[in-house]
Amino acid sequence: MRIPCPCCGSRDRREFTYYGASVFLDRPAEDAGLEAWDAYLHLRDNPAGVTRDLWYHDPCQSWIEVERDTVTHAILSTAPVARRRA
Amino acid sequence: MRYSGFRVFTQGLGGNKGWTPAWRRPDPKPDYDIVIIGGGGHGLSTAYYLARNHGLRNIAVLEKGYLGGGNVGRNTTIVRANYFLPGNSEFYSHSLKLWEGLERELNYNVMHSQRGLINLFHSDGQRDAFARRGNAMLAQGDDAVLLDRDGVRRMVPYLDFEQTRFPIYGGLYHPRGGTARHDAVAWGYARGADRLGVDLIQNCEVTGIDIQNGRVTGVQTTRGAIRARKVAMVVAGRSGQVAAMAGMRLPVESHILQAFVTEGLKPVIDHVISFGMGHFYISQSDKGGLVFGGDLDFYASYAARGNLPMVEHVMEAGMTLMPMIGRARLLRSWGGIMDMSPDGSPIIDTTHVDGLYVNTGWNYGGFKAVPASGWCLAHLMATGTPHPVAARFRLDRFRTGRGLMDEEGTGAQHNLH
Amino acid sequence: MTQTHRIPGKGLLIDRARPVRFTFDGVEVQGFHGDTLASALLANGQRMIARSFKYHRPRGVMTAGSEDPSALVEVLEGSQQTPNVRATTQEIHEGLTARSQNRIGSLRHDLLAVNDWLAPFFSAGFYYKTFMWPRAFWERLYEPAIRRAAGLGSLSGHHDVAVYEKAWAHCDLLVIGAGPAGLMAALTAARAGAEVILADEDVRMGGRLLSDQPAVGGLSGPDWAARTVAELAAMPNVRLMTRTTVTGAYDDGTFGALERVGLHVPAPGDLPRECFWRIVARRAILAAGALERPIAHPDNDRPGVMLASGLVSHVAKWGVNPGRVVIFSNNDSGLATARHLTAQGIEIAAYVDPRAIPVTEDFPVYAQATVTGTRGRHGLRDVAVTHAGGTSMIPARTLALAGGWNPTLHLTCHMNGRPVWEESLAAFVPKPGMVPGLSVAGAARGRFSTAACLADGVEVAGEVLRDLSLRPKKTPVPEAEDAPYAIAPLWAVDAGGRAWLDFANDVTTKDVRLAAQEGYASVEHMKRYTTQGMAPDQGKSSNVAALAVLAEATGQGIPATGTTTYRPPFVPVSIGALGAGGRAEGFAPQRLLTSDAKSRAMGAPMIEAGLWYRPSYFPRAGENDWRTACDREVAQVREAVGTCDVSTLGKIDVQGRDAARFLDFVYTNTMSTLKPGRVRYGLMLREDGFVMDDGTCARLAEDHFLVTTTTAAAGLVMRHMDFVHQAFCADWDVRLISVTEAWAQFALAGPKSRAVLASLGIRADLPFMGCTHIDLGGVRARLFRISFSGEEGYEIAVPTRYGASLFEALLSAVHAEGGCAYGMEALNVLRIEKGFITHAEIHGRVTADDVGLGRMVSAKKDCIGKAAAHRPGLTEPGREQLVGLMPVNQGETLSAGAHLYNERDLATRENNQGYVTSVAPSPTLGCWLGLGFVKDGRSRMGQVIRLDDGLRGHKVLVEICDPVFFDPEGGRMRG
Repeated sequence: MRIPCPCCGSRDRREFTYYGASVFLDRPAEDAGLEAWDAYLHLRDNPAGVTRDLWYHDPCQSWIEVERDTVTHAILSTAPVARRRA
Repeated sequence: MRYSGFRVFTQGLGGNKGWTPAWRRPDPKPDYDIVIIGGGGHGLSTAYYLARNHGLRNIAVLEKGYLGGGNVGRNTTIVRANYFLPGNSEFYSHSLKLWEGLERELNYNVMHSQRGLINLFHSDGQRDAFARRGNAMLAQGDDAVLLDRDGVRRMVPYLDFEQTRFPIYGGLYHPRGGTARHDAVAWGYARGADRLGVDLIQNCEVTGIDIQNGRVTGVQTTRGAIRARKVAMVVAGRSGQVAAMAGMRLPVESHILQAFVTEGLKPVIDHVISFGMGHFYISQSDKGGLVFGGDLDFYASYAARGNLPMVEHVMEAGMTLMPMIGRARLLRSWGGIMDMSPDGSPIIDTTHVDGLYVNTGWNYGGFKAVPASGWCLAHLMATGTPHPVAARFRLDRFRTGRGLMDEEGTGAQHNLH
Repeated sequence: MTQTHRIPGKGLLIDRARPVRFTFDGVEVQGFHGDTLASALLANGQRMIARSFKYHRPRGVMTAGSEDPSALVEVLEGSQQTPNVRATTQEIHEGLTARSQNRIGSLRHDLLAVNDWLAPFFSAGFYYKTFMWPRAFWERLYEPAIRRAAGLGSLSGHHDVAVYEKAWAHCDLLVIGAGPAGLMAALTAARAGAEVILADEDVRMGGRLLSDQPAVGGLSGPDWAARTVAELAAMPNVRLMTRTTVTGAYDDGTFGALERVGLHVPAPGDLPRECFWRIVARRAILAAGALERPIAHPDNDRPGVMLASGLVSHVAKWGVNPGRVVIFSNNDSGLATARHLTAQGIEIAAYVDPRAIPVTEDFPVYAQATVTGTRGRHGLRDVAVTHAGGTSMIPARTLALAGGWNPTLHLTCHMNGRPVWEESLAAFVPKPGMVPGLSVAGAARGRFSTAACLADGVEVAGEVLRDLSLRPKKTPVPEAEDAPYAIAPLWAVDAGGRAWLDFANDVTTKDVRLAAQEGYASVEHMKRYTTQGMAPDQGKSSNVAALAVLAEATGQGIPATGTTTYRPPFVPVSIGALGAGGRAEGFAPQRLLTSDAKSRAMGAPMIEAGLWYRPSYFPRAGENDWRTACDREVAQVREAVGTCDVSTLGKIDVQGRDAARFLDFVYTNTMSTLKPGRVRYGLMLREDGFVMDDGTCARLAEDHFLVTTTTAAAGLVMRHMDFVHQAFCADWDVRLISVTEAWAQFALAGPKSRAVLASLGIRADLPFMGCTHIDLGGVRARLFRISFSGEEGYEIAVPTRYGASLFEALLSAVHAEGGCAYGMEALNVLRIEKGFITHAEIHGRVTADDVGLGRMVSAKKDCIGKAAAHRPGLTEPGREQLVGLMPVNQGETLSAGAHLYNERDLATRENNQGYVTSVAPSPTLGCWLGLGFVKDGRSRMGQVIRLDDGLRGHKVLVEICDPVFFDPEGGRMRG
């Protein structure tokens, strides 16, 4: 598996560390309540198909949101996580 | 037809013409008391124990492919009861006891072999952690022996005690741990359930779960609608999709775990050996293949196949731990889909829908759980109360934080358990 | 033996001027350079090479390639031994020592051949039905017997000390297989300028051109192949890899490949045995040809029974004389083989074909006939041919089976794809697009004639080049035979007796039918129940026939029956090759401290701490165990001064206008109120509310912080902080970088630490928890006043290149003050005496409150983990809390890993009160000390509880106490 790092180009999977679904980007407010935090931390759509998840490219320290297919492993797009707020 | 050595002999004399099918191939009936979605190990054992322990007969197991085609037929076949945390301890202990009588129970030789499991440790800190675990095993009434380096060497002298990257300090030995013939477990339960009247329906995929007024009423399938008063989702590797049919999101992320087998070899590894520093575990099957595995590929996947980084990592671990296997050849590698839960422990529970039950989140420990998982889910479905040894496998524990069973201590990141 | 079965003048690959001696089963045998073990043994008249897996039937050579199901042997090199070596691919070399395997006694007189007589009772899956009584006999009797009988070759049991390698290669186009299609594809692409790798399993490129030797473009097949290979070899953009099998197709154009580098060399020296390649290709063309399949007929497994293609190869490549040959074929390629062999002077005793074909050949033809049996105990003697006129016994030395061809499409199915049934070929062919970027050309997609393969190579390469935005040059397709291929499927001949489908696992047609009869009727059930296709050849010669027999038994038809899953590797790959580099210390990087060499020189045993090595203790003369040295080191620190390399701690540099605000978000406590020049202890939570890590945070300047992490969590915390920054506040002005390797850092601890600093010329007027830049002999260094020992303590950090000399300087200065270097053991004792926690305590299941640090979670601000830490399960009473444990009887030892029970309770799970995480013998307090967790522990101070280590038979009464055993007020630290 090779992942196009937006910073470094196509790299072998072994340079990356996986975190989980990109729902981790949508952090609830401190007082959002148990349900919201449960949904954020634990509950997953877990799709068999296209998903978005989070990978860290260790050499360049970029967190990347990867759009890919969990059935075929095809990678559809990648974008730096930081772009959302920067 | 009852199986025995005598029967094998007489059938052999008669050209093996008289063997009858291990199970029927019934068409689905329109109506069942209980429908189990998923004809894997857990689903089949659930059906078996519903019939055997609770006298229920009007049961169907719906399998989208062939019986035992999921993880029960693609794992490294390890059976053990060596957990630390309450909840897991009593459950796997119960499961191991069921394993110990399984051949006779099912009249099917599942080749459960208690060849002993050795968990190696490689630092003082790890020794302490394994001792803590071993003491929990003793407190549960199971067996555990703490081996020092020489003790390990006496049992498995072929490990590299001199040069390995992480020197062997000792091991936690679990004599009752071992392996079983994975397919036979599924087939044994299938045959047992069938003999008790359970309909095992293959090539029947569930496409919808019917719910009226908060109560389950049946399922839609590729072979028509089936009414049922109770429905259990027992579909490791597809839990998310099936639960979505009932409007549920589960605390589960599905990952690939690869496993490996070599060409057949004369006996060389007697025990099950687990090398934590390398996430490597190995045993030798009765056919002679070395069966081994490692860690997840670490990315969410339904592909049932993996990639080279983990393949190579596992082989490198093998070479540092036991370089004698260097000339064994990897024959086949495959991937199973693991439903990873946020604390690494499973879920057997009711749901927000009356009559709908869920069995999921087995991470990569599902094979050894097959007997007790079925036993406990059957208990829950038949009696309405959780079985005492599975009482902690609650779906809401993540929301409340009560009764989490995070053996690895890695927290709510699904792939780290 | 003297090569009695060699045809004069034949043998493309052998060099008759170079005889090679080797031994097989202890007998010296002569072959020629270029022979395989199989060809050399056949040339010497030895047909029986192996015993079969289950029934221990005599077996010989069936093919000329890696797919051979039967000819498996052991190769010996000194104490090393390689099992299951294919005699058909092992090239002989001077001194090669091989032997037959899976036998008790000799190859000819194998005691386990008795299994063959018991075959009626060893039907498919018989073991599931018996061996259940009595229960204890399974592990003691039945299973050991089964295990001894099963398996094939043996490992030596010694460490494999051979050299293996792994490598990477990148290219535009990977061409897999160098037969006519592959050569033309590679040529077309290379001429267009593509970076091409052409990989072929065999010793010489050419594929079937070398065996069938058809004319190509006016040259003989081998000559045309040689000329084409020479052209490719001369091109700088082409890499030719022979003896290289592509083993697997993985995601995004990554392929695994195994190169046999040193296996054919008598003294390989530094050459690796094998090299495992990771080839990353923008596009790939599979041109791996097709594999011939046998026909299942009674006793079709004797030595001397071969596949027709294997026979032709042995004749053409190695000049093996097969003697009288019977060919049993259901298709035109078998007939062509008969003509081809006849033309070369081989005697075809009979050509047997179930089809109604014309009988006008130069050899006896039995049309509408089948082979219904064979005779010959250790090798084929007669072939029974049943035809319209009855059954004839035809004496023959070789029976060649030609059951049709299966395209070698395995790689196309490595991503779970399934091939499609092509009725006209009676074979599965690949479905396009099953592996992204992988195209198929030639026989691998059912183009069986030479001309079709050549043309297909050009065509498919052209398509690929267009995808690569390269313009193909006009590549003319050379002329060659273009014979049609007609086949009348015949999978099994039913004539009583056992007809083998899977030679490698001894699976017969009866077994497959029995599986269907017993309800194991899906192809996966059949495979698993009979074990068909699970042997070393992975069913290469048997899968299609077996599922055809199953389809017939169930009445389902072949397309509906489907195939089982194709999995990598295409050929078995040694663990040594796949795990190359992992042996011994190679498994993981080794991180060494700048003080490493000096510490080792001082005799310190080094222990692993993650990937680091740290000194355990520094023994002095007369100190024969860790305990003596450790006690002394602890005492010296408490009484004088000690130094310790603490560089393994993670160090993260945090800079920017919003750095303080950012740290407030990742730490539970507040860092923004920290003054420059001060240090604060900090606690981080995971987002699920449990403790992630602890460490210090130093404010070096208004917008510059240095965060330290524990050794174990350095990488984790770095990733975590990067995530928090990039995901939640990327717009803040803050930059993070790991500087763990940039600084060497040493702790000084003890009442005389200030004196040591003074002797180094450092003014030590720093307050407790202060930090400053210092000049150390012209080196810009950092000084922190922090303590992990409870004594007045400092840490000095210098750029890593000065670490070794600073350690030397510290050692001298410390020794001058009556102090010493101390190791991990003393470090641990010192921190336990002070109740400082490590990852033994913050083990991933504890909250800040569990470890007594609940007040460190600021109520005034949000932070990572705060919301989830308020879940009821993390805050309710009954949680296990960190406590200190001291033995009631001072002399007793404590053990980490023990559990805790109320004094009179049995040691059961239900009674459990907690457990011990760390223990240490404290020379300061004169007894063992422990840290552990006890249910509601902080409210149980002073209670006596039983430490129970059943595993080691150790029970001690301990008193629950505050975890800070020594100097609870902290006066010593503050100085």
